[in-house]
Amino acid sequence: MPSKQTPVVEPVETPISTGSITGQPESRKVHAALTRSSTGTEDLRQLEAGLDSLQSDAVRKSRIDWSRILLPVAALAVLLIVWQVYVSLGIKRRDLVPGPLDVLGQLGTLWGEGKTQEAVWTSLQRGVVGFLISVAIATPVGLLLAQVAPLRRAFGPLISGLQVLPSVAWVPAAIIWFGLTDGTVYFVVFMGAIPSIINGLISGVDQIPPQYRSVGKVLGASRLQLALQIILPAALPGYLGGLKQGWAFSWRSLMAAEIIAVGGSIGFGLGSLLDQGRVLSDMTTVMAAILLILAVGILIELLVFAPIEKRLLRRRGLLAGSTR
Amino acid sequence: MPVVLEHLGKRFGDGAPVLDDVNATIGQGEFVALLGASGCGKSTLLNIMAGLEAPTSGALEVPSDGAAFMFQDAALFPWLTARENIELALKLRGVSKDGRRIKADELLELVHLGGAGDKRPHELSGGMRQRVALARSLAQDRQLLLMDEPFAALDAITRDLLHDELERIWKETGRTIVFVTHNVREAVRLGQRVLLLSSRPGRVVQEWNVSEEHRTDAGLAGQLTGIITARLREEIRRHAQ
Repeated sequence: MPSKQTPVVEPVETPISTGSITGQPESRKVHAALTRSSTGTEDLRQLEAGLDSLQSDAVRKSRIDWSRILLPVAALAVLLIVWQVYVSLGIKRRDLVPGPLDVLGQLGTLWGEGKTQEAVWTSLQRGVVGFLISVAIATPVGLLLAQVAPLRRAFGPLISGLQVLPSVAWVPAAIIWFGLTDGTVYFVVFMGAIPSIINGLISGVDQIPPQYRSVGKVLGASRLQLALQIILPAALPGYLGGLKQGWAFSWRSLMAAEIIAVGGSIGFGLGSLLDQGRVLSDMTTVMAAILLILAVGILIELLVFAPIEKRLLRRRGLLAGSTR
Repeated sequence: MPVVLEHLGKRFGDGAPVLDDVNATIGQGEFVALLGASGCGKSTLLNIMAGLEAPTSGALEVPSDGAAFMFQDAALFPWLTARENIELALKLRGVSKDGRRIKADELLELVHLGGAGDKRPHELSGGMRQRVALARSLAQDRQLLLMDEPFAALDAITRDLLHDELERIWKETGRTIVFVTHNVREAVRLGQRVLLLSSRPGRVVQEWNVSEEHRTDAGLAGQLTGIITARLREEIRRHAQ
């Protein structure tokens, strides 16, 4: 019962040894949470500063964690050794299952012919350009769909459906429409990446705490300001997830398109290299092309997306306790 | 009179009314504590005053430029630093870039966070976050400041300090404050006037004036707290089946 609560009585400048507590009400100061507890602005400032430092965590210095680099390298080394040992046992014919050393040798040969560089450059260039155009198209569309309920209800299921549809399915249509040109390749990349990025952005927007919108409204943001200055940055973690997936879809679609559509004015990409290996029944070239496609994917993830994501999460205080 | 509520009512859909016939006037520069148990529609009333929701009946008069609002959780944007959070409020108000920087620093200094402007919300303690949120709501530069249980989630030590802090800032800035709480002592500690809302439907059933003596004399404050608590409990008991 608050009414029964006795105020805290704090003797001021009265040593305990003086004994008598009764009969000296004027020498006491009555304190309680009910009344002012600080004695002035300066006192308040000091109290707050003290509490702030007690309640804030000390800044921890981060240093390079070698296990982040050594563990993946060790894992890769183990896989290569297992592969080499398996091949050395001679269970399968060497031309059907080449070992890592054979593939490495073939890679060296291809490099000498300039084919590796050409294929990686052609594919990477197309992948990046296709992806960037996809981002430029998907971002405004996604934001619009996420913010305008009737549009979302109308087109949401279609966009989700397009994400499930393998973009390879578009290759025959693209070849009929655009012939064996770069147009075919880009079209397939767009059909793979755009729905994926749109979906990522929409799910990012869906996960925004409703409070942020209220704050935005109270602060007097217009619809456009709300979308660009509050919704978009708030949805950034989900959006980035969509971008990552969008890149993966771009890259996969690109490879599919390059494998199927060969010739014409389509240049020589990694998919073309892979297809060439198949035509020549050269398993080392096939394996080399697969490893190159994988390596580009891993490098883009490690060098582009991982640092951006890490920075984003750390700035928002979302990294603590994760296994990254 | 910045705020006049006349026969205000609110119901959601076909449900029972949340607010019914709420009448109150709040004067310029006044600090009013709006007290009530759960389900009395305190937050709904505040949302109506802020223009986030529309009343279903009655009339209300609020300043034409709207109201500043402070939420129970600080609701700072995690991708911005403390200063940038305040600057965003200024930006949405149309303050120029140079002006924003100066004003944000002033406001940080006002809530005694001069050194924490570059920190991000997750690096701040709960009390510091609420002070940044207070600075942000002051950045809106509205005469009327609505506060929805802003200190409810804080520990007792921090809350007591923030009571002192809010009182100081209220006196310095001369804002009209409507402070929603379910804590009787907090209402008596802060309000010049305490309005008690009944529950289901919410309606102003009684009000008390809190004098300056109540701020310095714990005995007197305790007495008033007791009276208000008794009345609040009577209101809660009414709902026992």
